[in-house]
Amino acid sequence: MAYEPQADFGTPQVASETRVTLTIDGRSVTVPQGTSLMRAAALTGGSIPKLCASDNLAAFGSCRLCLVEVDGMRGTPASCTTPAAEGMTVHTQTPRLQKLRRGVMELYISDHPLDCLTCSANNDCELQDQAAAVGLRDVRFGYAGENHLGLAADTSNPYFDFDPSKCIACSRCVRACDEVQGTFALTMDGRGFASKISAGQAGDDFLSSECVSCGACVQACPTATLQEKAVKEIGKPERSVITTCAYCGVGCTFRAEMRGEQLVRMVPWKDGKANHGHSCVKGRFAWGYAQHKDRITAPMIRESIDQPWREVSWDEALGFAASRLQSIKAQYGARALGGITSSRCTNEETFLVQKLVRAGFGTNNVDTCARVCHSPTGYGLKTTFGTSAGTQDFDSVEHSDVILVIGANPTDAHPVFASRMKRRLRKGAKLIVIDPRRIDLVRSAHIAAEYHLPLQPGTNVAVLTAMAHVIVTEGLADEAFIRERCDWDEYQDWARFVSDERHSPEVLEAVSRVPAADLRAAARLFATGGNGAIYYGLGVTEHSQGSSTVMAIANLAMATGNVGRPGVGVNPLRGQNNVQGACDMGSFPHELSGYRHISDTATRALFEADWGVTLDPEPGLRIPNMLDAAVDGSFRAIYIQGEDILQSDPNTHHVAAGLKAMDCVIVHDLFLNETANYAHVFLPGSTFLEKTGTFTNAERRIQMVRKVMEPANGMEDWQVTQALANAMGLGWNYTHPSQIMDEVARLTPSFAGVSHARLDEAGSLQWPVNEAHPDGSPIMHEAGFANGKGKFVVTDYVPTDEKTGPRFPLLLTTGRILSHYNVGAQTRRTANTAWHPEDLLEMHPTDAENRGLKSGDWTRLASRTGETTLRLLVTDRVAPGVVYTTFHHPATQANVVTTEFSDWATNCPEYKVTAVQVMASNGPTDWQEDYEALSARSRRIAPEIPAEAAE
Amino acid sequence: MDVAHLTLMANQIARNFAVQGDERAAAATAEHITLFWDPRMKAAIRAGGGADLSPIAAAALSRLD
Ligand code: SF4
Ligand code: SF4
Ligand code: SF4
Ligand code: FES
Repeated sequence: MAYEPQADFGTPQVASETRVTLTIDGRSVTVPQGTSLMRAAALTGGSIPKLCASDNLAAFGSCRLCLVEVDGMRGTPASCTTPAAEGMTVHTQTPRLQKLRRGVMELYISDHPLDCLTCSANNDCELQDQAAAVGLRDVRFGYAGENHLGLAADTSNPYFDFDPSKCIACSRCVRACDEVQGTFALTMDGRGFASKISAGQAGDDFLSSECVSCGACVQACPTATLQEKAVKEIGKPERSVITTCAYCGVGCTFRAEMRGEQLVRMVPWKDGKANHGHSCVKGRFAWGYAQHKDRITAPMIRESIDQPWREVSWDEALGFAASRLQSIKAQYGARALGGITSSRCTNEETFLVQKLVRAGFGTNNVDTCARVCHSPTGYGLKTTFGTSAGTQDFDSVEHSDVILVIGANPTDAHPVFASRMKRRLRKGAKLIVIDPRRIDLVRSAHIAAEYHLPLQPGTNVAVLTAMAHVIVTEGLADEAFIRERCDWDEYQDWARFVSDERHSPEVLEAVSRVPAADLRAAARLFATGGNGAIYYGLGVTEHSQGSSTVMAIANLAMATGNVGRPGVGVNPLRGQNNVQGACDMGSFPHELSGYRHISDTATRALFEADWGVTLDPEPGLRIPNMLDAAVDGSFRAIYIQGEDILQSDPNTHHVAAGLKAMDCVIVHDLFLNETANYAHVFLPGSTFLEKTGTFTNAERRIQMVRKVMEPANGMEDWQVTQALANAMGLGWNYTHPSQIMDEVARLTPSFAGVSHARLDEAGSLQWPVNEAHPDGSPIMHEAGFANGKGKFVVTDYVPTDEKTGPRFPLLLTTGRILSHYNVGAQTRRTANTAWHPEDLLEMHPTDAENRGLKSGDWTRLASRTGETTLRLLVTDRVAPGVVYTTFHHPATQANVVTTEFSDWATNCPEYKVTAVQVMASNGPTDWQEDYEALSARSRRIAPEIPAEAAE
Repeated sequence: MDVAHLTLMANQIARNFAVQGDERAAAATAEHITLFWDPRMKAAIRAGGGADLSPIAAAALSRLD
């Protein structure tokens, strides 16, 4: 498609059911009541000049360029702020209006540099377009008067510049920051001619201000005042391709705007149903890793991990890998082999990896990184609701009255959804936050949580049970809903259990440290405040009771009747872009795509007939079990696509020992990641910009990923997996990923109606998509649960075995921040490091004082498992007794200290609770230094000298 | 496989079902292990698990055939 910016209708769409019909420039148009004249005119194909209006912002009415005449109305009202009314007759182009508009434009231009020909926004500037549209020919005031020309530009943000000399004070940037992003970082100082935009306090530049670099203001700016640096460097885009962000589970869709083979900018797609034209810093700006110098594009092999890597041809690498896999299989049997699928890869790629393992290797030893994040969601929601997925779409939040956020930090981990949630909160919905740490949502611009319950890490089940206690014993349960939709006997069992005095907030306060009065009030609010929606994240799942907590959440939603309509529901905020999809595609060792257990003969028969093989009916090993079995000698080879288990999995020493014990580790990735230090075969991967396929976001929304440039490594990831399969003699012959999706649809009832053609046509689809739901399912369990009846499960609070004591008196909990993504393999290779150059340890002032520590000090963080060093940040965001860090940088090795305790049902590691001690330190630990030396050694690529290959 | 670690896992599962009463908890634990453990894990714990198993976990394992 040739380059055209997306159409801008000037003011937002209005939802009203009532329609009005009016005449604009002789054309009749019918629009929802409340629609502006400007939007109505745009819908008829007309175009009224405008500068301060944009269809993602509320009308403002400041520029006076959009004046119109309305029969029977005096004056010339602004069309952006005048609603259409029945029977109106509107004129948008008359000599009088033209004269008025030219006058307005003259004023703007007299204070604007006239360097259009050399301006980077030339031909991509609304001011220029509108000047042409109003027919400006002359500026009578001259350019000699007082003006803003010559003001210095702010270039502190790594991705965009702010050049105030070009500002026309339309305030679109301020409104975008307030209304769309909800950060309130920008202000318009002064009035009239003296108006000036500034970021934060006087003296702040963009980088040091509250700005989170979402780019909404840049997108909103009609001039070159706020503009991407890349546009300056590369030039105006000439074509665009719609694709989906590869960072987080929000699944924002973008127009990848290209110039030749070069990506110029990512502009959030307004028609994207997950993001509605908004994005965060990662998706919009942090795509530079695709071209980073560390990217490996040629296959490499080595006999053993102490040798340097040898670059070889694809044939040699695949042949080497295949023969090792085959000889291990011959000697030790199929169950000595396994694979890991990636939540960063497409559904099609993930499906192929699990197919390779099950049908090719002949074993069910396949797992995915969801093991370490949302496997408890799968287990918990399947048990209670009958399907392993969130119940709502993101739009649902607009109908919520009470929002309960537990163990999630949406403003950092799911920023675009957080902006939507914040908008709803600003409009009056109430917020309850259950989190050991005072996350940003608790108190931020124009938002304050009604209740923040700062629980002790590891006591989620206790807190939720206490809430249930209040709801049941105070008669606040929605019995009508429960009788109709759930199993009544199971409910009564559960109600009896939670009503026990042992589960009252007063008794459990001793365990959770949540004040009983607050907990009671929060429970009452949730049960009686109208539509109640629960959003949760890894702070729920990554615990020894992760699965129990998910079930406790489901219980709470059912008990209060909050399932099956807009505004309510249980919503896991998925970490990675395609973690939902990876789970859907049968990445778990016990189930085939669509969550069907491997022991189910009928399901197996379906796959066996399609694939022409016999499948092992026994479940395979999960990632931690694979590592145990490797140390034990019964698991010897692994194919890992797009995952860095050494950095992301708990107890790094144990992971390293497991990998080291294997005979064949195949890493398929963009970079020589940490896991590759233990690999024998490296297969270069492709980025999301270089492949076609689909991702499924946290709303179960399946969206297209489209190739915008050729893969630097020569193959898309599904092609690499197919080549490996064929090197093993499997004879696969997919020629396009759409054929893989057709196979998924053929074998998976919930995907029966999905195909690339259907997705192209619909934009996106939310599964299940089948005969009963041909257009997908935005809200689940509307008429009944997938199982028929919702199942209440009694969840007993079982304290974790990880306990504090005199040697390890503090509890460590971990998380992530906005500008980085997970282990940071991608974001660390972009300018996002401007915001988070290293991982810090947060500690409460009292604990810091007791240890004589202050912000910036190097500290030693030790647990029963290991120790590491990092710098301290003293803050009261964390409660006394709790410390917190992120795990974005390999040098920190935060997982050296995390333990192997895990969720009882799924083995999801207990990242969120580790007993630790913290003390002053003067530098890195031996392990950190040894590890760095090992990394440098094992990243050598012959014949280059080591220093160049090392990071 | 490290039997001590498998024992810990089995006991943890049993403990989370314990609230259902011994009989149901043993059945649920047995079902859980059947559905989610790889054959070598099941074999290892049945061969080597013993003294350290909780009563519910032990009862569950005796139901696995
Ligand atoms: S980039 Fe986003 S957060 Fe920063 S000022 Fe612009 S709109 Fe606000
Ligand atoms: S920076 Fe751009 S959007 Fe903001 S007021 Fe100036 S011209 Fe308008
Ligand atoms: S990282 Fe998430 S929120 Fe940010 S642009 Fe990508 S999908 Fe959207
Ligand atoms: S666009 Fe209507 S007043 Fe600016």
